[in-house]
Amino acid sequence: MLERLTKQKLVVIGNGMAGIRTVETLLERAPDLYDITVFGAEPYGNYNRILLSPVLAGEKTVDDIMLNTEQWYRDNGITLRKGETVTMIDRRTCEVVTADGDRVPYDRLLIATGSNPIVLPIPGNKLKGVIGFRDIHDVEQMVEASATRRNAIVIGGGLLGLEAANGLMKRGMNVTVVHLLDSLMERQLDAVAGGLLRKSLEERGMVFKMPAETEAILGEDHVTSVRFKDGTELPADIVVMAVGIRPNIELAKKAGLYCERGIVVSDTMQTYDGRIYAVGECAQHRRQVYGLVAPLFDQAKVCANHLAMKGFATYDGSVTSTKLKVTGIDLFSAGDFAPGPDKEEIVLQDANRGVYKRIILKDKKIVGAVLYGDTVDGPWYFQHLRDGTDVSAMRERLVFGAANLGDGGHAGQNSVAAMSDATEICGCNGVCKGTIVKAITEKKLFTLDDVRAHTKASSSCGSCTGLVEQVLAFTLGGDYSAAPKVKPLCKCTDHSHDDVRRVIVEQSLKTIPELMKFMDWKTPNGCHSCRPALNYYLLSTWPGEYQDDQQSRFINERVHANIQKDGTYSVVPRMWGGLTTPNELRAIADVADKFKIPTVKVTGGQRIDLLGVRKEDLPAVWADLNDAGLVSGHAYAKGLRTVKTCVGSEWCRFGTQDSTGLGVKIEKSMWGSWTPAKVKLAVSGCPRNCAEATCKDVGVICVDSGYEIHFAGAAGLHIKGTEFLCKVETEEETIEVIAALTQLYREQGWYLERMYKWCDRVGLEQIRKAVVEDHANRKALHDRFVYSQRFSQDDPWAARARRGVERNEFRPMAELAEMEPA
Amino acid sequence: MSKWIEIGRLQDIPRLGSRVVRTASGNIAVFRTENDEVFALDDRCPHKGGPLSQGIVHGKRVTCPLHNFVIELESGEAVAPDEGCTHSHPAKVENGIVWLSVRQTAAV
Repeated sequence: MLERLTKQKLVVIGNGMAGIRTVETLLERAPDLYDITVFGAEPYGNYNRILLSPVLAGEKTVDDIMLNTEQWYRDNGITLRKGETVTMIDRRTCEVVTADGDRVPYDRLLIATGSNPIVLPIPGNKLKGVIGFRDIHDVEQMVEASATRRNAIVIGGGLLGLEAANGLMKRGMNVTVVHLLDSLMERQLDAVAGGLLRKSLEERGMVFKMPAETEAILGEDHVTSVRFKDGTELPADIVVMAVGIRPNIELAKKAGLYCERGIVVSDTMQTYDGRIYAVGECAQHRRQVYGLVAPLFDQAKVCANHLAMKGFATYDGSVTSTKLKVTGIDLFSAGDFAPGPDKEEIVLQDANRGVYKRIILKDKKIVGAVLYGDTVDGPWYFQHLRDGTDVSAMRERLVFGAANLGDGGHAGQNSVAAMSDATEICGCNGVCKGTIVKAITEKKLFTLDDVRAHTKASSSCGSCTGLVEQVLAFTLGGDYSAAPKVKPLCKCTDHSHDDVRRVIVEQSLKTIPELMKFMDWKTPNGCHSCRPALNYYLLSTWPGEYQDDQQSRFINERVHANIQKDGTYSVVPRMWGGLTTPNELRAIADVADKFKIPTVKVTGGQRIDLLGVRKEDLPAVWADLNDAGLVSGHAYAKGLRTVKTCVGSEWCRFGTQDSTGLGVKIEKSMWGSWTPAKVKLAVSGCPRNCAEATCKDVGVICVDSGYEIHFAGAAGLHIKGTEFLCKVETEEETIEVIAALTQLYREQGWYLERMYKWCDRVGLEQIRKAVVEDHANRKALHDRFVYSQRFSQDDPWAARARRGVERNEFRPMAELAEMEPA
Repeated sequence: MSKWIEIGRLQDIPRLGSRVVRTASGNIAVFRTENDEVFALDDRCPHKGGPLSQGIVHGKRVTCPLHNFVIELESGEAVAPDEGCTHSHPAKVENGIVWLSVRQTAAV
């Protein structure tokens, strides 16, 4: 066999985060494709450069921020040539040349040389004590100086400069920050936020000289003072230049690769020479050069994908957000906030609370956000910014952030900076802030997924996701790797939910294996996340045709009951519109007695729950319930759950319509339908709203003149009132609109995405247009719903209790007698 | 070493599914992969004792239905970063018949 006898050679110039992240991703995708050689000028393994600030501030050590030890390179068969500089790329012979004249051949070359700090062209810039802020060596110099000297001047009031100043101050130095402009961090902040930031840094003891231009650095051998254009002089023992960075492109330029500000690359991260790639701060993509980590990780992924010869991924550029890594200061900015004639602003300013929020809109979309003091909604704004969501429907409450302030589980806290380490952030799994911070630093985590896997925080109900993202941003600084704009369906694929739905239709794919094969799934048969999703997408796309895959159903949907912590099940029969009869109640009582069911409870959805049923008893329990006319309540389903009602005009002295009767009719038309996530309805007979319809997925409020249809409410993880959809005059119309709405949700919703999240994503106006205004479309949606119901309205309990469907599921395969001793 | 016991036909376990074998010392879950390999584990997740037989099987792994711990079918080990291990038992298929050899916990 000839295969892989001679592996291709990949040479990486640059041992920083971009280069090594690319190599790591490549090793995941195609472990045996290349012999890899990495050149690194610094005498270290790969470390997390964004955590240099905490090292300077004494909050972390150099060891804390190492990402890959030298052992890692050995374990992966990578040749690491640290402390060696590449001085030339010979594109003719496909070799790189080192400072020692050694020539190393490559088949593919990755340039990840990063950037250099800009050194101001002023007299004295080469004196001892003048330092950049870029690598471990710089930090070591600063730490050393702080031990024996007093006065530091930091030139540059940007992100890097302020972090350096903060670190030096923490180490006991007198720090003056010199800035050319009159506002700090002008690239990330507007003047107001910059002012607030300045004020709070001043309160901590930082001194500012701004606007001020440095004229010269003075001293014989070592720096002694700094002189400014205005003639003043300040004493200085060290001067840190943090005025910016410049992409390190010398090598590429010399090799004749086309460069502008950075090395120009295509959407697959290739330079003008197709064998040569560039990623990270040295690369220029669509006229943008990035200096943050999140884009660099995106680029690494695409580059690795191309190196692995799976050329389907492309890089479309990144929108970045920033957070200052200064403990106790909460600041977030994203996007473009320069004023302009076509932009609108929403501003909230509360000087006493130290809160400032400015949201910049353009064409009904968020294009920028600056938050100071309360940044809990930063990730939420950022998500909408990247998704380009039409926010006009939520404009009036936009500045107050996501409706998560009323959420339970974290004691109403919404600012991570102010929290102590012992504050519980994830109420489901009991995870405190300190635990998350520790995991992020010790286990070197970058993403929300990493944190979820290692700490379980935000891995259950998800209501603390915003807080966990804040902790990440707070611990890593602004450039932590935010969740990507287009989320892959799960770790088994790079494709999104929408990609999958589109491909199913376009390619007429009708089984899970076909779909996985076509879409190049990374795992042989998916996982517990993607299989139920794919099953739902196929089921909802091909009603009557697709063979429901039981093994891709979560256990509750496979056995039509809800699994409990001890492995027993709970059984909830349907009570149409919350109505029941003496006969039904008698049957339930008899079943509870006969099968010794330990707990009988009334649910929130106006039904009765039988808890603690043994799995093998389920078919017999169902048979008895069926005898009394009771069918499955689908209390376990990502599908229609309940229609809660009040008593309405039949009994109530205020009732305007027969809400109970309408509820029963709606439930009869909708039961058995599978949806992306659970769907709960309610019908109230008058605006007093006793059925609490305005916090349901769909709620009907009866009024004297007809029926108001509301939707997209929630009263669980999130508390959210419904949106008004439309008002109709008859029960028939009500049912038609609800069916059409549900069908649209079934066709567009992502698996496990509740109706209110779907609405948030696609926009209220879009939904209203499709379901209310376009009558023909409403009818078509309604008809598709009704067609699909033909195949789903079959009581699964009767099928199993009476017709022997899935019989094996409920009995053991074998029973072994008492074991003999081994 | 305990003896091999015949527990039933391969076709009685769904592909990418599982069945339970009752024993005096608790349930054993017998899994069948896509490629008709079989594996047997104690039907208890090392996390909170969830019944692994009720989980979704993918590759040579099963996800516990209670809190999504993922367990390796071959070793019974939880997939990192989760930690824990459930007891495994030798299982094999011969001519469409599934055989199980129950390992006593004490013998490990």
